Amino acid sequence: MTPLSQLLPGQYGKLASLNPERSVDQRLMALGLLPGMVLKLVRKAPLGDPLAIEFAGQVVSLRLTEAQNILIDVAADCPIQRPRPPA
Amino acid sequence: MSAAEPGRTVALVGNPNTGKSTLFNALTGLRQRVGNYPGVTVARKSGQCDCGDGTKVELVDLPGLYSLSASSPDEQVVIDALSGHLADDRRPDAVVVVIDATNLLRNLFLASQLSELDLPVVLVLNQADVAAEQGVKIDADLLSRRLGGVPVVLTSAWKGEGIAAVRRAIGEALRTRVRMPAVEWPPLVEEALADVAAGVAADIGRAPGRADVERLLFDSTTSVGQRLGWDAPRREAVIRAARDKVRRAGYNPLAAEPLIHYERLRRLLEGVVQGGGNRTGGSAAVDRVLLHRVFGPIVFAGIMLGMFAAVFWLAKFPMEWISGGVDWLKSVVAPTLAGLPMVQSLVTDGMIGGVGAFLAFLPQILILFLFVGILEDSGYMARAAFIMDRLFSWCGLNGKSFVPLLSGFACAIPGLLSTRTIEDPKARLATAFAVPFMSCSARFPVYALMCAAFIGPLYGPGWESVVMVGMHCVGLLFAVPTAFVLTRFVLKVKPQPFVLELPRYQMPKPRDVLWRMWQNAAEFVSRAGTVIFAITIIVWALSYFPRDPAVEQRIRAASPGAATEVVDAQVQSAYVEQSWMGRFGKAVQPIFDPCGFDWKITVGVLASFPAREVIVSTLGVTYSVGEGAEADSKHLQQVMRDAKWTEGPRIGTPIFSLAAILALMVFFALCSQCGPTVATLAQETGGWKWAAISFFYMTALAWLMAVAVYQGVSRLA
Repeated sequence: MTPLSQLLPGQYGKLASLNPERSVDQRLMALGLLPGMVLKLVRKAPLGDPLAIEFAGQVVSLRLTEAQNILIDVAADCPIQRPRPPA
Repeated sequence: MSAAEPGRTVALVGNPNTGKSTLFNALTGLRQRVGNYPGVTVARKSGQCDCGDGTKVELVDLPGLYSLSASSPDEQVVIDALSGHLADDRRPDAVVVVIDATNLLRNLFLASQLSELDLPVVLVLNQADVAAEQGVKIDADLLSRRLGGVPVVLTSAWKGEGIAAVRRAIGEALRTRVRMPAVEWPPLVEEALADVAAGVAADIGRAPGRADVERLLFDSTTSVGQRLGWDAPRREAVIRAARDKVRRAGYNPLAAEPLIHYERLRRLLEGVVQGGGNRTGGSAAVDRVLLHRVFGPIVFAGIMLGMFAAVFWLAKFPMEWISGGVDWLKSVVAPTLAGLPMVQSLVTDGMIGGVGAFLAFLPQILILFLFVGILEDSGYMARAAFIMDRLFSWCGLNGKSFVPLLSGFACAIPGLLSTRTIEDPKARLATAFAVPFMSCSARFPVYALMCAAFIGPLYGPGWESVVMVGMHCVGLLFAVPTAFVLTRFVLKVKPQPFVLELPRYQMPKPRDVLWRMWQNAAEFVSRAGTVIFAITIIVWALSYFPRDPAVEQRIRAASPGAATEVVDAQVQSAYVEQSWMGRFGKAVQPIFDPCGFDWKITVGVLASFPAREVIVSTLGVTYSVGEGAEADSKHLQQVMRDAKWTEGPRIGTPIFSLAAILALMVFFALCSQCGPTVATLAQETGGWKWAAISFFYMTALAWLMAVAVYQGVSRLA
């Protein structure tokens, strides 16, 4: 599992977990982002923060600090994968 | 307001970016009233809507929101309005929910929550034309049947399609009063809701509404308990037990509501919506350019530069026409009142001048809101905030603070009005607080006079430019730490997460944009305008009275041979000196003495509290150059260069030393010398508290920094 803040632009995967105690996550749930749903990191802002994510046919922006605790299962078939660190 | 009127009220609600305002404008035909909800800075827009059969209802446009779990004042207003908890508003008789037809699932979440309010509902699936273009087929009849016969109307408010059907549907809903079926909660959740309801009823002695009970159970923070008068200690135990029940049903209590609603909606929409693949396709392509790492900021800078240039330069032409018109009116009116000098001065300088003082702001407001309207309605404003957010987030502001702050460099008034585009109340207030620090165009004449009279001749044009640029940065230098301290330590409001939808790009509808320009201008004139007018009259009176004719006779007798203009200027100067303003200026001069200001500058500073640019003409009067002196007046510049202290320890030395002129400029850069700004700040923050804090803070800061500059520079030089 990867924190949403560490996804690469273009990477997508299933939402593994979010924390309903946090107001950001409550907002996202109201927008229809629920566990198991596929979301994609579309891009980062020119200064690296905030992020633009796409889910359920909509694009939403949120800050890096707000994306840290949102965990994503990056899809195995996703063409963009973070290179594994050399063993 | 509406409580006094018989007749029925219908509320318009929906997610942001659904075309709700366009629909509202189409339904009411611009016969609207704009006001504010009491105590909060949320605009209340209402208008008359014909239900197609001649019956009329009052349609209220409520702020856009995604969910009923309130976290901002805007959202709180919607909940209070719909549940009938607003002081001046009746509970609406029906609700029209505007839904983006291209994203039915997410938009229906709000509608599904609203079904708990037990109000007749009309669902308007707007932007149906866009959905059709995307290949989305919607079976509105099937949706209506599954929702127990609630009217479902497909519209395109932009094209004006389906408006008549919405009118008929409102009439129908008011007649049949069909409710949308409520959610079927899992048994344990239902039990938990019943427990909370019983707990409330036992403690406050009356049964709460279903929607209130849900807010209490599902929201981590809610003001519902407070409003019901259910005190915290008892509340906690009941809610903790109820939430444990929800947990036993297999749900996290804070996530249960969206999970259950969305599950219901997914089943509801099976067979209703068909097709539709790449829903973000077109906008995604545009975003690849407009949000590109390199081109994005370039395009952004271009748009903002264009906007600033228009507010700064383009507005100058109509502003000159207005001031030309005001001068013309004065010249026409003045001779008719020649026999009554006091009335003449009151009418021309006080009243006509007072109206002119706030009319002069209209061109800038209209032009800025032309841009704001286009940027908002096209969907670019959210992108602009996305690009700029990083630069603002660290000091507690957000990406949407940029437009207000930038326009503050032209004029604080439109800047303050445009803080309404910021949803987060904390960031909105901090931005409004920072805007008056931006170096507006009214500070320019002060810098120009000082630079042209002193810096240029003494140090050369190079230093003149350095000082000019430097002065424009002084305000910014203090605004940023101010915003930081304000959001970090002073404002105890919980910050809102910066979750911002980047909506689909759309062509703005000219009528909506023009309407927004008009509404903002009209509200400014009716609210701030009266205050500005009153301030102008008061300051006029202070600098006119008392007017002892002996003063004039003495001066005219003392210099029989002198040219009339010279004598007139001396008379004026003498009158101002013995006016209340002049006496007050002399009395408080010791306070400004550490800044190096003599009594003449002090009077100028005091007279320019309503409008800082007045300092130039006031210095013209107090230095006996005559009224109407401008920054490029060679005569005024020469007189100021020659001015020497005539008493005190600095006797014989120039009043306008380098230290004094730098101190004066810094004072003007920081001081809150603008009646319209204070009045608008009060209008936009919902009371005089923050306007007063801003006024005293800026003025104290200006004095401190002027003292620091004067004392520092005079010791160095």
